[in-house]
Amino acid sequence: MDITFQQVVFWVLAVIISVFSVMTVVSSRILRSATYLIFVLFGTAGLYFLLNYSFLGAVQLMIYAGGIVVLYVFSILLTSSESRKPDKLLKKKMFAALVASLAGLGLCLFVTLKHTFLPSRFQEGELPVKEIGHALLGMDKYQFLLPFEAISILLLACIIGGILIARKR
Amino acid sequence: MGIQVEYYLIVSTIMLFAGIYGFLTRRNLLAMLISVELILNSADINFAVFNRYLFPDKLEGFFFTLFSIGISAAETAVAIAIIINIYRNIQNIQVKDIDKMKH
Repeated sequence: MDITFQQVVFWVLAVIISVFSVMTVVSSRILRSATYLIFVLFGTAGLYFLLNYSFLGAVQLMIYAGGIVVLYVFSILLTSSESRKPDKLLKKKMFAALVASLAGLGLCLFVTLKHTFLPSRFQEGELPVKEIGHALLGMDKYQFLLPFEAISILLLACIIGGILIARKR
Repeated sequence: MGIQVEYYLIVSTIMLFAGIYGFLTRRNLLAMLISVELILNSADINFAVFNRYLFPDKLEGFFFTLFSIGISAAETAVAIAIIINIYRNIQNIQVKDIDKMKH
């Protein structure tokens, strides 16, 4: 049994993602949980790189780590008032949420591990960016011009909505 | 013998239920939004992994992940605009103080 480089990278990323995603939701300081979220997102980008989807990993790094988390940090700093202590939830409710999540986790892991998937056809080698571009901007079957245009309309609507909601009256 | 599909799915399941736990227990709107972000991210991992391992000659999962990242960015921007507007009105973003539209 020899351990390949890929397996080492995968296990390191898996431990990082699991530990930091739990720390994100249990840490009581919200700025800290945003920081832990960055580590989770970096780990996810690492998984995409490991799957040979470098384009997806780069998109994840740019949009999530570069855009969304910065937005989070700014809005946390805008809205946090240090004088207020975070109010504690009831112990009973906390316990009920913990039991529900653990039960769901157990059920999902049970189903996942019981199920036999199709035979794995993982192939080494990078997905060429030319292929991605042709599929993204083609109009044939299995090509994705319509969702691309729909998402551009969505982003325009979001820009207008964000300005309308957040502007000073 | 590489990495099995199930290993990736275990990681994303742990991330999903961490997000659900956070969504149920946190009482700050931004913290709840961060938990939602974890949930979306775990779904993205699943799409990419299924695409790569089970149907490597197609690109559906890849593009679902790509569009999902874009949509979650849009969702975050609008949600943060709403939260900042709430903060401007009541100087607070705790869930228990937002009850004006409840009755």
